[in-house]
Amino acid sequence: MERSKRFDLLAKRDINKETYVEPWPEAGLIAADSPYDPPPSLTIEDGAVVEIDGVKRQDFDALDIFIASQALDLETAEDAMALPSKEYARMLADINVPREEIARLVAGCTPGKLTDIIRHMNVLEMMMGLAKMRIRRTPANQAHVTNWREHPALLAADAAEAALRGFAEVETTVRVARFAPFNALAILVGTQTGRGGVLTQCSVEEALGLRLAMKGLTSYAETLSVYGTEKTFVDGDDTPWSKAFLASAYASRGVKIRFTSGTGSEALMGRAEQKSMLYLEARCLLVVKGAGSQGVQNGSISCIALPEALPGGVRAVLAENLLASMLGLEVAAGNDALASHSSIRKSAKLMLQFIPGADFIFSGYSAIPKRDNLFGGGNFDAEDFDDYNVLQRDMQIDGGVRPITEAEALSIRRKGARAIQAVYRELGLPAITDEEIDAATAAHGSDDMPERDIVPDLKAADAFMAGDDDFVAVIRALQQSGFADVADNILEMGRQRITADYLQPSAIFDADFKVRSAINDGNDYTGPGSGYRPHGARWREMQAIPQAKSPEGFVDPHVGEPLSRLVEIGPAAKGAGREVVLALGPAFGTALAKTIGGLHHEDVLEAILTGVAAEGLIARVIRVYHSSDCAAIGYVGARLSGSGIGIGLQSRGTAVIHQKDLVPLNNLELFPQSPSLTLGTYQDIGRNAARYALGAPTVPVAVEIDNGARLRLIVKTALLHRRETDEVCPDRPPMELRFDWEPEL
Amino acid sequence: MTEYPLRDSKADKLFTHSGRPLSEVTAAAIAAGEVTGDDLRAHADTLRQQAQIARQGGYPQLAANLQRAAELTDVPNEELLKIYELLRPERASYDELVRLADYLEETYDAAENAAFIKDAAAVYRERNLLRR
Repeated sequence: MERSKRFDLLAKRDINKETYVEPWPEAGLIAADSPYDPPPSLTIEDGAVVEIDGVKRQDFDALDIFIASQALDLETAEDAMALPSKEYARMLADINVPREEIARLVAGCTPGKLTDIIRHMNVLEMMMGLAKMRIRRTPANQAHVTNWREHPALLAADAAEAALRGFAEVETTVRVARFAPFNALAILVGTQTGRGGVLTQCSVEEALGLRLAMKGLTSYAETLSVYGTEKTFVDGDDTPWSKAFLASAYASRGVKIRFTSGTGSEALMGRAEQKSMLYLEARCLLVVKGAGSQGVQNGSISCIALPEALPGGVRAVLAENLLASMLGLEVAAGNDALASHSSIRKSAKLMLQFIPGADFIFSGYSAIPKRDNLFGGGNFDAEDFDDYNVLQRDMQIDGGVRPITEAEALSIRRKGARAIQAVYRELGLPAITDEEIDAATAAHGSDDMPERDIVPDLKAADAFMAGDDDFVAVIRALQQSGFADVADNILEMGRQRITADYLQPSAIFDADFKVRSAINDGNDYTGPGSGYRPHGARWREMQAIPQAKSPEGFVDPHVGEPLSRLVEIGPAAKGAGREVVLALGPAFGTALAKTIGGLHHEDVLEAILTGVAAEGLIARVIRVYHSSDCAAIGYVGARLSGSGIGIGLQSRGTAVIHQKDLVPLNNLELFPQSPSLTLGTYQDIGRNAARYALGAPTVPVAVEIDNGARLRLIVKTALLHRRETDEVCPDRPPMELRFDWEPEL
Repeated sequence: MTEYPLRDSKADKLFTHSGRPLSEVTAAAIAAGEVTGDDLRAHADTLRQQAQIARQGGYPQLAANLQRAAELTDVPNEELLKIYELLRPERASYDELVRLADYLEETYDAAENAAFIKDAAAVYRERNLLRR
């Protein structure tokens, strides 16, 4: 069979490692708009809902009943359902309509109505909607910190680094469930070392999660999963009422909660009831709201590969984020589990949340390598840190993190690891050695850590879980071991439990340990000049990636002593006979001493003159003052040349062979890729110029094509050119130079 | 909302669950062993104030949750876990749920939770989610 080499190459691309499937609505394999999704409807009789989305009261399942009794605002429902869906869509995209106006009406919308609104929206309009409807003004980010060894020192070090990098929440989980208290403890101590006020959680089974919160080892819980059909809900071993009770139980202990939902889970569990993923998600979101959760983690989460296998899947994921924010829920917007093999695809998808901003743009940016991520991969991970910081800097968009230096990272990692070492020592837990501290400080992941005997660790974890020690013991341990600052941060987390301010919607603690929620930092975006934009100190911090250099740094290596062998002798006159004129830029050999490729100017001069001499001609050297432009310099040379052939040479090394009868911007040969030019090339340029002057047949000089050169060197190119342009004297005529040199022929 | 956050506006008027003034929750008190975990959580009144703030902020369901949470502050950890377990699907009979609701109301004055659990019991009966 005939094969295309191009298709063969395409088949090997990352994008073709993905799975794509055609929709199958009967199995729930459809992102949005299943033909079986019901048209919106709501009937209220005597203050009670008797029909939702075409389902009569006697046919309500537990979710319908819960939504009808707990979630829907029946006072606005009639108006809300009467307003055409397209009107909602237009209001969402319209900067002139404030979020409150939409939120008030949406409170009376059924799941069918919510999905019907989305039908009218493209992703750009939804991004506008999310920018406005997101409930907290300031966007933030959450990190995942786990490692497959479940090593306490590494967990603490990574949590400390994540906190320093600016993540507002850090989530861990377990490989072995019995490690839960220790993993929670390690990231608590680690984060509060890095920055006081980072919220932490440990994702485990519901009852165990509540126990960890009661011990004060976690300050929020996120994995209270809900599902869009009754059967999946029950398969998840909960009901809307049990989940709502759990939410209250957490709140009673001063712990923030966020539910989890997301497209695809029902289809994955085989119980989608022919509904689209988005419709089922709309039901989930109303259950979340009805249960009194302040927020939700959605954006498909661990099922993300399923919507991404379907047409419109990524759009549907943005839609579910938007629906949640319309309902007044804090949104941790997904982007967590491994969603794509392709860097292009994963980054493109991220933009749908990154650009509008979300309460948490990621519900878990993997602040550790993928291999250590116990949540299902980490679509973006520690190896993407610099990429992510650059995206923030590129777009002036606050992605919730900040760049840090290697020294800062090492310092905070060591401190975090030493703090957990001290806690283990004070509480009589299995010792963490100095060797483990050193390893955790320098480590990228588990592979860099020494083996640790987990049997005594697990035994100690069981005892710790069963015993009375809680975070008060941890605070005391830190106080007694010289970590008073970390102890104070954990104590302040305790005080925050007492005041319970962070139970309000979308609460985080800012860099000053002040609570920031939808109550005191509500989103007020209504178009340009409103809402959140990073500015001032925050924008400066985002710009200051350690890789950024000062402009002077680019030019400095190209400055040197002026060429003593190059002397100006008077105004340049028009020559006669078969000569070549070599015209230099105004800074050549004076303000600048080396080309962009690092060649000394005098070596370049010698090379060109040698090439000219090899053909038996002489090159006259002049300096052009009125322009720094390569074509202009070369053109002056050609016009002053007896043969009409001139070479133009800029200080950064760009060269041209010109002829007096050509228009200025035309040329015989141009050498724009100065970084690739060698002394050999310059000699060839001299030789060719001489051959043109002789009227001899001439083969253009071959130069290496390096399309990456401009990408690598454009800043330096611009700055060297600017330096040369500084030397321009518009009224000064070209001057004749003498270069003290004899050809070695 | 001028009173929010309470951490700033009412730091001198808030009490811990155990009744200790917030101002007494200090590093020194911890070091001296005077503070326990029970001191480091909210008093029911504080949660009620937060419920009020949520309601005024336009979050009525969150307010209801915080109101229920306020009632649960006095319920011991182990009991909370048991109640949660009973509310999971097919764990309890209708009567057990009703008795649980009455118990919460009588013992902890938890009227909101009691009503909520009775609602659940009725739905569980209708949707076959009671213990078989």
